[in-house]
Amino acid sequence: MDTDLLLLLIVLLPAAGAVLNGLLPLMWPQLRRSEAAIGAVGTACVAVPFVLALVLFFQGFAEPYVGSFYTWMGVGDFSVSVAYRVDHLSLIMALVVTGVGALIHLYSIGYMHGDRSFWKFFAYLNLFIFMMLNLVLADNLLLMFLGWEGVGLCSYLLIGFWYEDFKNSQAATKAFVVNRIGDFAFLLAMFILVREVGSLDFAEVFAAAGEMTAGTLNAVVFLLFIGATGKSAQIPLFVWLPDAMAGPTPVSALIHAATMVTSGLYLLARMSSVVLMAPTVMGLIAVTGALTALVAATIAIAQTDIKRVLAYSTVSQLGFMFMASGVGAFFVAIFHVVTHAFFKACLFLGSGSVIHGMHHVEHDLRRAGYKDPFDPQDMRTMGGLGRFMPRTRWTYLAATLAISGIPLTAGFFSKDEILFKAFEFGYDGHLFAWFVWSVGIGTALLTAFYMMRSYMLTFEGSHRWPMAQRVHPHESPWTITAPLVVLAALSLVGGFIGLPKLAEKAGLANWIHGYLVGHGTHHGPVVEAAATAHVSVGIEVVLIVLGSLIAIGGVWWAWRFYALHELTGDERIRLRFGGLYRWWQRSYYWDEFYDKVAVRPVVGGAENAFAPFDNRVVDGLVNAVARTAQQISRMARHLQTGVVQAYALAIVLGVVVVIALMVR
Amino acid sequence: MDISGAYDSILYDIAGGFSLLVLLLAGIVCIVWDIFENDEPVLPFVAAMACVVGIVWEVRNLDAGSSTVFYDSIRAYGLASYINITILLSALATVILSVPYLKRIKHGYGEVYALIVFATAGAVMMGTANSLVTVFVGLETMSISLYILAGLVRRDEGGIESALKYFLLGAFSTGFFLYGIALLYGATGTMYLPEMASGFIERGELTLLFWAGIALFFVGFLFKVSAVPFHMWTPDVYQGAPTPLTGYMSTASKAAAFAALVLVLYYGLAPMPVAAWQTALAVVALVTMVLGNLLALVQNNAKRMLAYSSIAHAGYVLVALTAGTSQGYAGAVYYLLIYSLMNIGAFGVMALLEWDDKEGRLQTIDSLAGIGFRKPLLGVAMGVFMFSLIGFPPFGGFFGKVAVFAPAIEAGYTWLAIAGVLASALSGYYYLRVLYVFWMRTEEQADPAVRARAFPVSFSSAAVVVTCALVLLVIGFIPYVRDLTQIYFDASVFATMP
Amino acid sequence: MEIALSWYLGLSAVLFAIGVAGVLFRSNLIIILMSVELMLNAVNITLVALSQYMGEVSGQILVFFVMSVAAAEAAIGLAIVIAIFRNKLTVDVNNINLFKW
Repeated sequence: MDTDLLLLLIVLLPAAGAVLNGLLPLMWPQLRRSEAAIGAVGTACVAVPFVLALVLFFQGFAEPYVGSFYTWMGVGDFSVSVAYRVDHLSLIMALVVTGVGALIHLYSIGYMHGDRSFWKFFAYLNLFIFMMLNLVLADNLLLMFLGWEGVGLCSYLLIGFWYEDFKNSQAATKAFVVNRIGDFAFLLAMFILVREVGSLDFAEVFAAAGEMTAGTLNAVVFLLFIGATGKSAQIPLFVWLPDAMAGPTPVSALIHAATMVTSGLYLLARMSSVVLMAPTVMGLIAVTGALTALVAATIAIAQTDIKRVLAYSTVSQLGFMFMASGVGAFFVAIFHVVTHAFFKACLFLGSGSVIHGMHHVEHDLRRAGYKDPFDPQDMRTMGGLGRFMPRTRWTYLAATLAISGIPLTAGFFSKDEILFKAFEFGYDGHLFAWFVWSVGIGTALLTAFYMMRSYMLTFEGSHRWPMAQRVHPHESPWTITAPLVVLAALSLVGGFIGLPKLAEKAGLANWIHGYLVGHGTHHGPVVEAAATAHVSVGIEVVLIVLGSLIAIGGVWWAWRFYALHELTGDERIRLRFGGLYRWWQRSYYWDEFYDKVAVRPVVGGAENAFAPFDNRVVDGLVNAVARTAQQISRMARHLQTGVVQAYALAIVLGVVVVIALMVR
Repeated sequence: MDISGAYDSILYDIAGGFSLLVLLLAGIVCIVWDIFENDEPVLPFVAAMACVVGIVWEVRNLDAGSSTVFYDSIRAYGLASYINITILLSALATVILSVPYLKRIKHGYGEVYALIVFATAGAVMMGTANSLVTVFVGLETMSISLYILAGLVRRDEGGIESALKYFLLGAFSTGFFLYGIALLYGATGTMYLPEMASGFIERGELTLLFWAGIALFFVGFLFKVSAVPFHMWTPDVYQGAPTPLTGYMSTASKAAAFAALVLVLYYGLAPMPVAAWQTALAVVALVTMVLGNLLALVQNNAKRMLAYSSIAHAGYVLVALTAGTSQGYAGAVYYLLIYSLMNIGAFGVMALLEWDDKEGRLQTIDSLAGIGFRKPLLGVAMGVFMFSLIGFPPFGGFFGKVAVFAPAIEAGYTWLAIAGVLASALSGYYYLRVLYVFWMRTEEQADPAVRARAFPVSFSSAAVVVTCALVLLVIGFIPYVRDLTQIYFDASVFATMP
Repeated sequence: MEIALSWYLGLSAVLFAIGVAGVLFRSNLIIILMSVELMLNAVNITLVALSQYMGEVSGQILVFFVMSVAAAEAAIGLAIVIAIFRNKLTVDVNNINLFKW
């Protein structure tokens, strides 16, 4: 088929789904109950684009193809157009977005069953996919920004989906406000580029980047990075993501694990040739990523809410990706984006399945007359769920092993590649990379530990919920478990698209490296840092073994520890680390810090200074103008006396005036 | 005299004036049919089909080179097609909206549709005129039909008063208009617009006769487009006339009058220094915008408010004409298209929400409190129209305003454009008040009569309103329409002008 | 003796002014209608005179259109006046001021 047509279909089908699911039930409320139809339309509108994207994928596109559909308003030389870019990078992202997206849509049919706003949920999800596709397929920064803001909007809508609970809408607002800070930086970067380059098209920006002064370049890259930290939840703007778990679990899986939060990495990868020209900022990116990874991993150890563990784990994994970007290995960052999408989506959906089950437990408990509060997301009241939910258990375990980096799983390849690239960059003479590498190694160990902890507390050990003899959860329906199985399988084997360099000896190339960066004379869309010194094979083997040992060690340690102590294991850790543990539990008091430093002063200033000014001076002025206009109007309306002859007289006077003005 | 070739051009003429002929034919069919079968329900269908056929024909001929037909008396193709589409769209919407409305007020007479079609034929003739005779005949055909339509509900003292005022003042201004034509004819020696230029170039100096003629001629147009101080009939007539027909008066007749004025300025008076009438137009535009918006502020009746708003919008178009450049004329024509959509839509919504059985002349805006929640479709559509009338991006009205104000700034009339923007800022107050009443008041605050009423919305009416709203949402983003409008006024296209 | 063009134009202007004055100052609707007719016919004189003076025929063609338009307007106008009279039992223009402000 024609590429333009395919592109349009890919982008517009989700939009059509959003319109169908959003408008029809809005107008005809009786349609809202036909969940099967709504779910089918919603899922098909993402699954079909996935298939179409696969068609594009197999067509190649070694050379980028730009499909320009519509040019809006040109102002001077600057024009804004809706143009989509098909190259290896955008194809990979589009495949992840639509593929994982379709699975999560399928999952949502079961998960959201019976929800009052089922239709709205699917409309939002489809809108999200549409916006996300705009983000990854855009050929200019402005269209990308449109998608960027659009996904932010959808994220806001979906976090606050159950807005009747004030806590949820607060979380949504928080996510939105924090994201705005990053978006503002993104906007500034675009302003600078418009001034310097006069265009926001990627091709022109790349071409002109070399001519910019170092200062401007650093500023642009820095601002883009700040934009990325907002959307991708890095220090200092990561605080919104854990709260974002207030949304329905499919949302957490789709938006806050697999797709939207990785758009910052996509931005850096897309701009890789520009980013590479600002080595100072790259150092900052890598160190920020490393610190975020470590901080989030430590916090994750101390969380008891199953979704919050995964949220901090996401922040931590995103930190890993930023580490990769910071050491110039953008393609590895994208590689980790892909594998992470598999296993983290699987984990979130698994947790959703667990929560689904625990909701039934809560329901049964209430029926049995249990009155105390019960939190279906709290791991402390789970335990031993594996017996009742076998499919959820095994898939969750597979994804846990993958994220921990057990050899030959997806996470093993991508995480190892990140650490290896950091090591190589340090070896190449960049001192900060050593720091990044060592933090990464430590964090990898923590990752294996806290993920295994969450698995053990949830699926193994004794049943800790009340009246465990009488009530127990059930396995979820197939629409929930089928996506789990697919994602778990991908978590196990998905890593083979990026084999380590070692494999070259056996004649196996690193596919994703070749695909994104290119090999030989062919150049892909992603650029990587040129390395002068190469790490020897011996060291590489040592590093791989080290990585494997750390992963296996962490998993084994957590397994032993929690199999033995179960819930008291947490208590032991708390006693061991004391004050530090409290910091972890409270997320290093980031929220409190922001509250003191930013939120309160701003709110206080608004209440005490701006509000009175606005009320008295600004409003007063506006009201005065409005009142004056109305007064004049009241007087002037009496000109209209209602007598025809007065009107005729006005015409005659008008004739006289017009003649007087014209005759000379 | 050789008349052997008299029939040679007939096919060409029929093709060029096709939509006009179809309209006239449909009008005659309607009126004759009505004689034999009184108030036959098929008549509106005939009228609508005539409009549809006309629109299709004109759309097909949009890109054809401009020319003249019927012995140079009317223009065809290109710009003429564009203008005709604007007029015919208004007419089509009016016919569709009128059917359920007139049925409700029990005035669904067959001749109404014949009159709408005749008025449209007059508007088309006027909007594409190439000769002063055609302008006059078109204007009168349109006006006389509208006088009758305004007084359709002749048992209601409001309706008949509105017809009387319209008729008396219309006929009165026709006198001035005709006098202007006579003087212009005397000054240039021709009735044909393109020949007028050479006419007064031959005569050398421009006489008092000429200037007075131009002035009186303008007055006729300014009356039709309801510019201050020739506007006074507008609120009274709009308030009393049946609502969908008011929408027609405020769009099709205004578009036709403006189009004719543009043709006169662009073809007839082109070689003259624009400065000659710029001052007069600028002054009229200024007072029209200011007074129109100012007086709309305190109106309680929705139709009267919309009447003053339509006066203000005439002022915006005059700003573009003041510029006197091809961009200005293009902007004016583009604005007319968008303005027609917004106003037909707004009057359509008001027609559907009418409850006083007095053509809406008694009902206040406040009486419809909270209606948006009961009729969400109409409420949302009204939101689009109001925001568009304010000129709020991304609605069509915004792009229209850009198209009329930007040429004025380029032509050095920055102060006028600023005044226009300030005046339209003022307009936000009364447009948003409608939305405030629709959406932010509760239904309990509505008039009891409103609460008791069901306000049925037929599918066809809803389709018209929704279509207008949707087009307004996207039209600004269709560069083709903007560019097209501009192309008609780029000199090269008229290099072969007769 | 030939009558100069200016006399025709002057006559026409005077008649037109009388018509305007009639519309402005008389209060009987019928007389106002007649004044409007007077305005139109005043213009007709100008048109015929100019046409004759310039030896160009289109002015006189327009006169025929004007006459038919005037007839149509008279018909409509009288119909409206009758409807007004049925409603209000008056043809005094000062009493017709339902709409104002």
